[in-house]
Amino acid sequence: MKGSGPGSREKGKDLLQIRNLHVEGFSDERWHPIVRGVDLALKRGEVLGLIGESGAGKSTIGLAAMGYAKPGCRITQGSILFDGTDLLALSETGRRRLRGSRIAYVAQSAAASFNPAHRLLDQTVETVVAHGIASREKANRSAVDLYRRLQLPDPETIGFRYPHQVSGGQLQRAMTAMAMACRPDLIVFDEPTTALDVTTQVEVLASIRNIVEEFNTAAIYVTHDLAVVAQMADRIMVLRHGLTVEEAETRQMLASPSQEYTKTLWAVRKLAKPEVPADDYLLTIDNVTAAYGRAVKVLQDVSIKVPRGRTVAVVGESGSGKSTLARVITGLLPPLSGSISFAGQALSKTLKARPKEILRRIQMIYQMPDNALNPRQTVEEVIARPLEFYIGLKGAQRDRRIGELMHMVEMSETYLDRLPAELSGGQKQRVCIARALAADPELIICDEITSALDQIVQEEILKLLMRLQRELGMSYIFITHDIATVRAIADEIVVMHQGKIVEQGLKSEVLTPPHAPYTERLLSSVPEMDPDWLTRLLASRRM
Amino acid sequence: MNPVARTVLQRLGLGLVTLFIVSIIIFSAIAMLPGDFAKAMLGQSATPETVVAFQREIGIDRPPVERYFVWVGQMLHGDFGSSFASRTGYRRTVAEIIAPRLYNTMFLASMTALIAVPLALGLGILAALYRNGWFDRLVNAVTLTTISFPEFFVAYMLAYLVISRDTFIGSEFAQSLPHWLAVSLNWILNAVPKFPTLSNVNDQTPFWEHVWRVALPAITLTLVIVAHMMRMTRAAIINMLASPYIDMARLKGMSPMAIVLRHALPNAWAPIVTVVAFNLAYLVVGVVVVEVVFVYPGIGQLMVDAVKSRDVPVVQACALIFAATYILLNLTADIISIATNPRLLHPR
Amino acid sequence: MTSYEPMAQVHRLRRSRATRAKTALKKAPFSAWFGILVILGYVIVAVFAHWIAPFGETQVFSEAFAPWSQQFKLGTDQLGRDMLTRLIYGARNTIGIAVATTLLSFAVGVSLGLLAALYRGWLDQILSRAVDVLMSIPSLIFALVLLSIFGSSITSLIIIIALLDSTRVFRLARAVGLNVAVMEYVEVARLRGEGPKWIIAKEILPNVMPPLVAEFGLRFCFVFLTIAALSFLGVGIQPPTADWGSMVRENATLITYGDVTPLLPAGAIALLTVSVNFVVDWFLHATSGLRDER
Repeated sequence: MKGSGPGSREKGKDLLQIRNLHVEGFSDERWHPIVRGVDLALKRGEVLGLIGESGAGKSTIGLAAMGYAKPGCRITQGSILFDGTDLLALSETGRRRLRGSRIAYVAQSAAASFNPAHRLLDQTVETVVAHGIASREKANRSAVDLYRRLQLPDPETIGFRYPHQVSGGQLQRAMTAMAMACRPDLIVFDEPTTALDVTTQVEVLASIRNIVEEFNTAAIYVTHDLAVVAQMADRIMVLRHGLTVEEAETRQMLASPSQEYTKTLWAVRKLAKPEVPADDYLLTIDNVTAAYGRAVKVLQDVSIKVPRGRTVAVVGESGSGKSTLARVITGLLPPLSGSISFAGQALSKTLKARPKEILRRIQMIYQMPDNALNPRQTVEEVIARPLEFYIGLKGAQRDRRIGELMHMVEMSETYLDRLPAELSGGQKQRVCIARALAADPELIICDEITSALDQIVQEEILKLLMRLQRELGMSYIFITHDIATVRAIADEIVVMHQGKIVEQGLKSEVLTPPHAPYTERLLSSVPEMDPDWLTRLLASRRM
Repeated sequence: MNPVARTVLQRLGLGLVTLFIVSIIIFSAIAMLPGDFAKAMLGQSATPETVVAFQREIGIDRPPVERYFVWVGQMLHGDFGSSFASRTGYRRTVAEIIAPRLYNTMFLASMTALIAVPLALGLGILAALYRNGWFDRLVNAVTLTTISFPEFFVAYMLAYLVISRDTFIGSEFAQSLPHWLAVSLNWILNAVPKFPTLSNVNDQTPFWEHVWRVALPAITLTLVIVAHMMRMTRAAIINMLASPYIDMARLKGMSPMAIVLRHALPNAWAPIVTVVAFNLAYLVVGVVVVEVVFVYPGIGQLMVDAVKSRDVPVVQACALIFAATYILLNLTADIISIATNPRLLHPR
Repeated sequence: MTSYEPMAQVHRLRRSRATRAKTALKKAPFSAWFGILVILGYVIVAVFAHWIAPFGETQVFSEAFAPWSQQFKLGTDQLGRDMLTRLIYGARNTIGIAVATTLLSFAVGVSLGLLAALYRGWLDQILSRAVDVLMSIPSLIFALVLLSIFGSSITSLIIIIALLDSTRVFRLARAVGLNVAVMEYVEVARLRGEGPKWIIAKEILPNVMPPLVAEFGLRFCFVFLTIAALSFLGVGIQPPTADWGSMVRENATLITYGDVTPLLPAGAIALLTVSVNFVVDWFLHATSGLRDER
C-alpha cells in the first residue's frame, strides 16, 4: 500500500499551505478571534511542531489544516491549500473524502475519542473500508502490521479488544494506527501524550516518531511541551494569542531563539535553587499505611521527615500515592497504622479531633485554582475568612492585613472585589496562596500547584513561593510529577512508586547516580531540550 | 459470573424488594384507617354486630403481620379481596370489578404508546439533528406550551373542537365574525372527524369500534406524552453528539449517516430506552384524568371513584397494579441499558 | 484543551448584581417578557381578589348555568354562583395552595438533599433508598391512596403533595450538592475547621442556587398541575372553596352545548404554567449559558 496515495510522496514537495488564517469562537453572545492571520507551509514528509501556551490557537490551527472548525468556531478568512486544492473552497462532501484518508487526526484523549461500542480493529479499519481504499481483510492484515510496528503487545489479538480494555498508552498508539490506516499524507497530532505519565510518554513518543519516519508522513505536532516538540519536529512554530511569534528549524530554534517571548519560554527550564540541609524537623511521618475502604493499600509503610523552613518534594506518577499522602497529613484520610507528629506533638489521625490551632498551622494549596476557589466569593471574602476564623481580625485591622497579603503575592488591591471567573489562572493561584498565608501557617502542602498553569506563569509562582519561604520561613511539601519543578524548588526529594517510597534524601543525592531502578527510569524518561535526547535514550535502553 | 448477568440479577432483586416495600406501604393504608372507619362506612344506623362483622370482614381484628401475608398470598392467587361495596348476600370481589377495566386501560395505553413512541423519537431525533434551526425552535415552542397544559384542558379542548363542528355556525360568536371567516372556520371544523366525546365501551364492543371510541383519549394522551418524550430524546441525542468520539468520527471523514448509525446509535440505546420507559410510566398516570374526562370505564376512573367512596380494597388493588407497572417499566429500561453497555458486556 | 480564553473578560471590572440582572432582562426574549408580565398579573389578581371580584366567593344567585350577561360577565355555575368571581378567588386559592406546597417541598427536599450530599455515608444511604421507594410509586396514585385514608382537607393535601414532591427536589439537591461538595473549596473549608452550617450556607448553597431556582419554577408547575388534577378528579380542594380544577369538572357539561366557559379555568391554569415555563426556560438559558441543556 505504501506510495499508493495520489500525488508524489517524494520528500520536499509542498503539501500544505495555509495563508492568512482567521478563526473565531463564539462565547458571551459574540464572536472572539482565536487565530488572527497565521501563515503556515508544510512539505511532504516534514514534521512541524506548533507550540504555545493555552489560548495560543495551536489546536485550532491543527484542526483548520483538516478544513475543520470545532462546534462553536468558524473559519472567517484565509486559504488552506492541501496538495493544490483549497479545502475551504471544497464542498463538505469533498472535505470529508480527504479526512481520514489523506489527512488524519490523533486526539489528546484517546480514551474519550474511541467509540466505546466498537472493537479497536473495527475502528482502525473503518476509514480504509469506508473510503473504499482496500478490502476488509486486507485492511485487517494491514492494521495488525501497524499494531506491530507501533509496538503494541499481542498485535494479532489486541484489535479484538474494546477501548476500555486497554491502557491509556496503548490506546494512544492504537489511535496512531487508526490515523495511519489509510497511509495519509498528513497527520495532525493534537497533544497526544499530554495526558500520559512520563514513563509511558517516552514509549508513545518513540512509536509515533518511528512510524511517521517509516511511512514518510508529514505531520503537524501540537503541544505545549518544548522538550517533546524538540524530539518530534523538524521545524517549530511558536504561537501566541493566535499569531505567529517565530518559526525556524528545530535545532536553530533551540540554539538561538530570536524573539523575546520565545526566549522567556526557553528560560523557564533553567530555574534552580541550591539545596540547604536540614537543621530541625517540623513534621515526622512514621510507618504510615493507608487505604480507601478495604481496597488495596494506597500507601505502604511511608516514613518522611520534613525539615523546618525547607522544601520536600514528593515525586511520583499517577497512582504512586503522593496525593493520598497529602490527605493523610491533613487528616482527611485517617491512616490504618503509623503515626504523624507535628512540631514535637502527635497529630490526631482524624480532622475532627484536631484543634483549630493545629489546623491553622498546616495549610494546603491545590492543583486547580478553579476548583479551590468558591466561584461566588470575591477575592476579599476568600482572604478575609481565615483572618476572621483563626485570628479573629475585624474591621480596619483585617483590611490592612488583607492589603499586606495581596502585596505579598504581588497583586494589586483593585482585584479585591473580583470573582474568580474574572481572574487569570496565575492570579487565581496567587489568591489561593494568599488564603493559605492568611492563616500564618508553618507548613504548606502544595499539591501539583503548577501543573495546570502555563510555563511562564509556573515560573512566576515558583519564584513567589521561594521568596515567601525565605521571608517567612515556612516548610513546603511539594507534591509533583514534574522533575523540572523539583529541581527548581526542592531541598529534599522523596520518590514514590505504587504507594511505597523508592528513594529519599537531599536533592543532590537523589538526582545524581547511582539511582534506584525506578528513579533511574523516571529521571531518564523526562524529555530534555536536546533534539537528540530521545534517540540517545532509546539507544541506551536497547543496550 | 458474567457482569451483565450479575447486574441484571441485582436489578431484578432490587425491583422485587421495591415491590415488596411498596406492597407493605399500600397495605398499611388499611391499618392506618381511623378507628371509627367502620361506622363511617356503614352509616349511623349500623348496629354494633354489623360493625364487628365488618371489622372481621376487613380483618382489622387480626395482627397486621398475619393480615399482610394473607393479603399477599391471596393476591398471588389473583384474589384481591372483596370490595367494601359488597353487602350481605351480594359479594363483589375486587378482581371481578378490576379485570374488564384493566383490559380497557391497557387498550388505551397501548394504543397511545403505538402512536406516541415512534412519533416522539422521530421528532426528537430530527430536532436534535437540525438543532437551533427553525424546525427545532418551532417544535421547542410548541412542546414547551403543551407540557404546561393540564391533561383535562387538552382533553376538553379536543372535545370542544369536535362539538363545535355542529354548534359553531349557529353560535353568537360566529355571527359576530365576518361571514367569510365564519364560513372558512366552519369548513375547517367540519374537516375534524366526528370522534365520540364519550368513550363508553363494554365487553361486547367490537375491536375497531373500540379503537374509534378511544380516539379522543388516545389523541389527548399522545399530545401530552409526545411533548415530554420528544424534548427528552432531543436532549439525550444532543448530549451524545457532543462526545469526543463523535467529533473523532467526523474527523475520520465518516458520512453523517454513518456517524448516526455506527457511532451514535449503539451508544444511544440506554438514554433512549430510559426516555421511553419514563414516559410510558407517565402515561400510566395520565390515563387517570383522561379516563374521567371521557367517562372511559378504565382502572383510573375506578380508582378515583373508589377513593371518593373510600373503598380501600379497590384503591389498594389499583394502586398496586399502577405501582407494579411503573416499577416493571423502569426495571425494563434499566436492564436494557445494562445489556447494551459495552463496558459491562465486555469486561476487562 | 480548549485553546481559548476570552481575554476581554479577564480584565473587565465586576459588574454589580443589579446591573447584571438589568442587562439580562434587556436581552430576554419576548417569551420571557410575556411570562413575567402574565405571572405579575396573576399575582395581582390573587392578592387583591377580595377587591377585584364583583361578588362574594360563595354568594349564590337564583339562576344556575346563567349565560354571559351584563350582571354575570361569564355567567353562573351549576349552583348559581358568579363564574368571574369564582375564577378570581380561584386564583388566590389554587395558586396560594400550590405555592405553599412547593415551598414546603423545597424546605424538606433541599435541606435533606444537601445534608446527604455533604455527609454521604449512612444518612445518604437511608434517605436515598427511601426516596427510591417513594418514587417507584407514581405520585398521583400515591396521593390518591393517601387522600383516601386521610381525607381531602387542605392541610393534608398540602402535606401529602409536598412530601411526595420533595423526593424529586431531594434528588436534584443531592445531585447538584454532590457536584459542589467534591469541589476543593469545600475541602478547604473543612480543613479550615468550618462547621456544617457555614459549609452549607456559604460554600454550597450559593453555588447550587441557579438550578434550584429553575427547579422551583418547574416543581411549582408540577405541583400546580397535580393539585388541579386532583381537584378536577374531585378529591383535591373541596367545595365550597373556589378552585380552578373543580370548576372545570363541575361545569364540564356546558361543553356539550358548545359553551367555552368551563374551559376558562382550565385555560387559566394552562396560561400560568406556560408563563412559568417560559421564564424558567429563559432563566436556565441565561444562567448556564448552554444552548442545549434541557
